[in-house]
Amino acid sequence: MRFNVWMNSLGRASMLWVDAMTGWPRLSDLALVVQQIYKVGFLSLIIIVLSAFSIGAVLALQFFTQLSSFGAQEAVGIGLALVVLRELGPVVTALLFAGRAGSAITAEIGLMKTTEQLSAMEMMGVDPLRRIIAPRIWAGIISVPILTAIFNMVAIYGGMLVAVEWLGADSGGFWTGMQEQVEWWEDVGKGMLKSVIFALLITWVAVFQGYDSLPTAAGMSMATTRTVVISSVLILATDFLLTLVLYGDL
Amino acid sequence: MSDNLIEIKGLNYSRGDRVIFDDIDMAIPRSKITAIMGPSGSGKTTLLKIIGGQIKPDAGTVLVNGQNVSRMNRKALFAVRRQIGMLFQSSALFTDLSVFENVAFPMRVHTDLSEELIRDLVFMKLNAVGLRGARDLMPAELSGGMARRVALARAIALDPALLMYDEPFTGQDPIAMAVLVGLIKGLNAALGTTSLLVSHDIHETVSIADHIFIIADGHVIGAGSPAQLRESNSRRVHQFMHGESDGPVPFHYPADEYQFDLLAGPGVRD
Repeated sequence: MRFNVWMNSLGRASMLWVDAMTGWPRLSDLALVVQQIYKVGFLSLIIIVLSAFSIGAVLALQFFTQLSSFGAQEAVGIGLALVVLRELGPVVTALLFAGRAGSAITAEIGLMKTTEQLSAMEMMGVDPLRRIIAPRIWAGIISVPILTAIFNMVAIYGGMLVAVEWLGADSGGFWTGMQEQVEWWEDVGKGMLKSVIFALLITWVAVFQGYDSLPTAAGMSMATTRTVVISSVLILATDFLLTLVLYGDL
Repeated sequence: MSDNLIEIKGLNYSRGDRVIFDDIDMAIPRSKITAIMGPSGSGKTTLLKIIGGQIKPDAGTVLVNGQNVSRMNRKALFAVRRQIGMLFQSSALFTDLSVFENVAFPMRVHTDLSEELIRDLVFMKLNAVGLRGARDLMPAELSGGMARRVALARAIALDPALLMYDEPFTGQDPIAMAVLVGLIKGLNAALGTTSLLVSHDIHETVSIADHIFIIADGHVIGAGSPAQLRESNSRRVHQFMHGESDGPVPFHYPADEYQFDLLAGPGVRD
């Protein structure tokens, strides 16, 4: 029975996504997407930058203390870069995005549904899937990779400040190791590919939970909680699968 | 062209085990004010949603201007709805847009009018509902009655052929109520719009409606002009039109015997 309910939700969520995203976007939709990029992307910047800086700093500290016992402090740069670019950048950005923007998208759409704003739009001959849902999905797909790139840069910069400026690791070794070892597609590209997939998952979950929420206070709170929980679990599970497919020697 | 803008034939609709409409037929004439009345929970709002194509009936045809909305695809439905204005019970204003932008919304989405023309049209619509001065307010700053009037200005933004009002008088103070009654009648006369009004406020509805349908228990139990219904011999129609608590239309939701519930003791609810 529970499985049937779950499959039913999956079916409706898929229909919602297809209905919202098929067809050519109109030029007038661009303004809506830009507005949403500001709301879900730009306003998430502070939490992304702060988290990236502290994660980069902590990682550099850990790498430095471990590697310095082997006299390999120069490897901090490459170690930090690989961990951040391949895993932590896309995953932590996606988790933060799900908590910050995913829940907001669900709450906003849920409240619009509760107050009959979506119905009003439908009755005006305006498709809420194209007007409300699609711009939020596009904004997520555009914002998350950009936020991931910013996360990566800030984390590496934070790590550099700790390792080079504070603990005294060799600046040349830090940057040269990174420059020589990091590959565009293998490390940067695949990490960004992950972030696009995470963006699709988060926005899909967030818009569906909002659109499908019960029009009650409890229904709204359950929907926002579900968005964060389901998105987080999906991000972590998908990351494992993606790492297996992209990097694993199967 | 048929004299009726809306024709409903053999409409059946159930929600779960509960039958909302059982083989209902209705015809809503053009350019008149038609009211659908009935006790709370009799499916009046559901009927508006079926006419607007938001709910698909289980069986039957719903023709709006000759087009069967119950069998239309999404795209065709959106095209038909551009000819329909609807006033929601909750007003349903867009909370992130100002009063001006709420009224301008349908114009911006559906027309290529210049900004100047949109501005003039919005002022005309807002002036008609007496809220031109409130154009810069946000919906959260409006009282319930003002929000309803802004929603009405938005509903008439594109001069629709059909205006549907869902419980327009509920929760209104006497002044706002009188203003709304006047507005609905005035708009109908000025725009030649077909008006479909759902309400259970007998006094106000009777004062403006040309034709009334009373629905209860899934059936149309009475139809005719206000005068005809007032004089009706049907006990159900009489009970409703005169607001009598005692009669064939039950006040209580179906339940077990009262004494059984009282004597069952604490902790027993089923």
